[in-house]
Amino acid sequence: MSPARKSARRSSAPRTPSRVTGGPAVAEPHLPSDAELRRLAERVLRFSDADETEVEIDAGVDALTRFANNTIHQNVAEQTLTVSVRTVLDGRTARATTNKTDDESLRRAVAASAALARSQPKNPDLLPMPRRQKYPQVQRYFPATASATPDDRARAVAAVVGRAEKDGRTAAGIFSTGASAMLLVNSSGLHAAHRQTRAEFSVTMLEGDSSGWAKANSPDLRQIHPETLAAAAGEKSAASRHPREVAPGRWTVILEPAAVLDLVGFLFYDFAGTAVLDQRSCFNNRLGKKVMGENITLRDDVTHPLQSGAPFDGEGMPRQKVLLVERGVPKNLVYARATAKKMKAKSTGHGFALPNDFGEAPMNLVFDGGSTSVEEMVASTDRGILLTRLWYIREVDPYEKVLTGMTRDGSFLVENGRIAAGIRNFRFNQNILEMLSNVAQLGPAVRAAGEESFEMVVPSMKVGNFHFTEVTKF
Amino acid sequence: MQEWANLALDTARVRGATFADARVMDIRLRDLSTKNGQVGTLSESESLGLGVRVMTEGCWGFSSTSRLTREGVQACAARAVAIARASALAKRHDVVLVPEQAWVDTWQNPFIKDPFAIPLERQLDLLLAADAEMRRVAGVTLAETSMQFRRIEQWYASSLGSRIHQFKMQSGAGIVATSFAGNEIQKRSYPASFGGQHQLAGYELIESLDLVAHAPRLAQEAVALHQAPMCPEGQRTIILESSQLGLQIHESIGHPIELDRVLGMEANFAGMSFLTLDKLGKLRYASDIVNVVADARLEHGPGLGTFGYDDEGVPAQCTDIIKGGLFTGYLSDRETAAAIALRRSGGTMRAESWNRLPMIRMTNVSLLPGEWRYDDLIADTDDAILMETNRSWSIDDRRYHFQFSTEIGWEIKGGKKTRMLKNPSYSGITTEFWNSCDAICSRDHWTLWGTPNCGKGQPMQTMGTGHGASPSRFRNVRVGVAFAKS
Repeated sequence: MSPARKSARRSSAPRTPSRVTGGPAVAEPHLPSDAELRRLAERVLRFSDADETEVEIDAGVDALTRFANNTIHQNVAEQTLTVSVRTVLDGRTARATTNKTDDESLRRAVAASAALARSQPKNPDLLPMPRRQKYPQVQRYFPATASATPDDRARAVAAVVGRAEKDGRTAAGIFSTGASAMLLVNSSGLHAAHRQTRAEFSVTMLEGDSSGWAKANSPDLRQIHPETLAAAAGEKSAASRHPREVAPGRWTVILEPAAVLDLVGFLFYDFAGTAVLDQRSCFNNRLGKKVMGENITLRDDVTHPLQSGAPFDGEGMPRQKVLLVERGVPKNLVYARATAKKMKAKSTGHGFALPNDFGEAPMNLVFDGGSTSVEEMVASTDRGILLTRLWYIREVDPYEKVLTGMTRDGSFLVENGRIAAGIRNFRFNQNILEMLSNVAQLGPAVRAAGEESFEMVVPSMKVGNFHFTEVTKF
Repeated sequence: MQEWANLALDTARVRGATFADARVMDIRLRDLSTKNGQVGTLSESESLGLGVRVMTEGCWGFSSTSRLTREGVQACAARAVAIARASALAKRHDVVLVPEQAWVDTWQNPFIKDPFAIPLERQLDLLLAADAEMRRVAGVTLAETSMQFRRIEQWYASSLGSRIHQFKMQSGAGIVATSFAGNEIQKRSYPASFGGQHQLAGYELIESLDLVAHAPRLAQEAVALHQAPMCPEGQRTIILESSQLGLQIHESIGHPIELDRVLGMEANFAGMSFLTLDKLGKLRYASDIVNVVADARLEHGPGLGTFGYDDEGVPAQCTDIIKGGLFTGYLSDRETAAAIALRRSGGTMRAESWNRLPMIRMTNVSLLPGEWRYDDLIADTDDAILMETNRSWSIDDRRYHFQFSTEIGWEIKGGKKTRMLKNPSYSGITTEFWNSCDAICSRDHWTLWGTPNCGKGQPMQTMGTGHGASPSRFRNVRVGVAFAKS
């Protein structure tokens, strides 16, 4: 325990600052309108005499309030806008990006893109830019999120740290809100626009020798409940006091959704057609074979109500719903247009912005869930480990899909159907395909947020034979 | 550009800030890559903007904008002050900074060849030639190459009176051969994994790497690994080559000495540190022969942690981190230095871009050279595993327990490098590991490696760090756990 944290605990309760006058009120930054983005894109298109031209504009307004030691210690905001131009000249393509929107800078970006394109050999895989497309409707912009102010975030943090202080805990975390707008157009008539908001709250509660963590995010700020999350983190911190050291080995493990997310998230690129073409996917020679349990079904679905993101890919193709794994059998991959042509498949609308090395990936993964709650999983376990969160996960073996990482902020020994004690954190080295073959119980699928993978819809899981290899000192 | 930073300070002062500093950054990037004989990524980008950090009512606020107009900059600074006032809603104490004097200066890293002036065709030809050399080897299923260049010009101003103009040129390149056969994917990277070598240098760095000449050996090793025996399990002596040791330093020394982590400021995300304040000057971090510094000065070398001034206007410094095995110093900024009663910041604040808040980042955290010649070290080693080029890395959130695996290993028997080993890995507890170091090679074998992708902070920032190291020997280390079946 550091002196700084001790002194924070002894300090006074939150107080309202005195207001000083220092000029007029500050208007919150706002996103450019669709019409403004369209006018900007049309200017860029007019500056290009390339065979084909694509313009992507990304605008963002983001803010993040960060707290630790029961005080706000960092509090930031940014407003960004980038214009990215891809030109095609005689079968060659390249991209240049700028955040300057004066005519001279936009002309320079177009010229830089063309110069880059001309500098390389012809690309035999390059396809003509797509024409206008139809997209599924998604509603991911919520004014309540976009209009959140620094005071809104600070008041929520003040309530959380005030509670932590009363409970003798030290709180650390973030509360962020933001909005983004994207426009993708090309000289063949494609026009794709997407706006969305984003809110996230994450909290770690620390005690002398234990900690607990909770996190949630959503496009809709009204779905984020900081005090509820803080209470959950506090309960974990209290329940894991005086952690015991238990021996590593093969254990029955109950993984809460954030822990599941950060493991299965490492599979996402293995479903890319390009990964299979490049022979670096764990599904090479395994498509159509049963490599996971009967209870594992996974799809990519941008329209799922718990998902977020644009309904089109980096080229402006509509994202299709793709069944990736059905009852333990990997069935389908996702494809950008060029990959689809090489692999004699149809584009699924999962490509990254061109040019790139990686092709495509599913970005809106949704696992089928079950009906067993975490509490029921604990109650049905004679001896096992309950995990809240995993940390620093890295791939050890890319084909056998062995991942290593640590447990963190809420690891518990389960005995005779109840939580018996907090435990010191483990290192694991676990084959993920094997793990997904050993899933005994599934919880309802929820939108989970972790730190190693982007958000997905995943269930909690009770897994047999999970492989812990070593234990650390706390 | 300096006037925009000045305007931000003026606005912040009028709005009630008691301290402010502002950075205008103009960043240009070039990214090139090839894959299996075709150009992959080919892009350039530029980004210009201003970030202003203010203190009001004893609290911090930060705001940034790319609207470099009078109205845009004033609105940005006013917003930073409003954010700082909001911070005071959950305040426990006023932020205190250690003193720093005002600096008016210009600094630029030396380089010979401007990579942005080198024709793109020449850069692509080099990558495609290395790519072709790798694919010439039967069994290579994926050949990848890449180059990145970054030009950063920045103007800093603070209410202390500092006005600092800095210019940095950064270059990097690497190649990777991958071989898939049976149930194995094996790969070899040169000169290091995850993008190769990166330094504060010009195109002369790329030419010095001689990518094409190294491509065939690399490819042959990737294919040969399939037939190599597995790295054994057990307690063994290991020798780490310098790029792997650079990452070991990064994870098990560089991060735990960050004072913001130690003081709990990163507890929710990056984590904390086992190096609590009571350990300063007392902990035997390592064996007597281990000396580690955090050195941002140019005389340390052209590392990714080299600069003239940090991003809160503190000059580059060298701090002893481990001296004769004893833990002697942290990485600090003006706020954390005050929190532990240091007289001055160690000068380690850096921000990824104009739209990010500066935070404590590793500079060049380097293991100083020892006295061994490499050949003598091998000859002196009876039974060990030599491990080269990182493949995976992981460490707990207080930086005690780590596990690394490397792309290739070699058995050392009777003072000779003998057969190749596949899937090498080792793990341990930080202080036990560093206390087991009994040999460090000399300056002749020392390389200042660049880690271009160190992530920290919320919102996440990626930063380049430098790590000098030479091959070193460690006794009684646990090996092989990562691939153990039970």
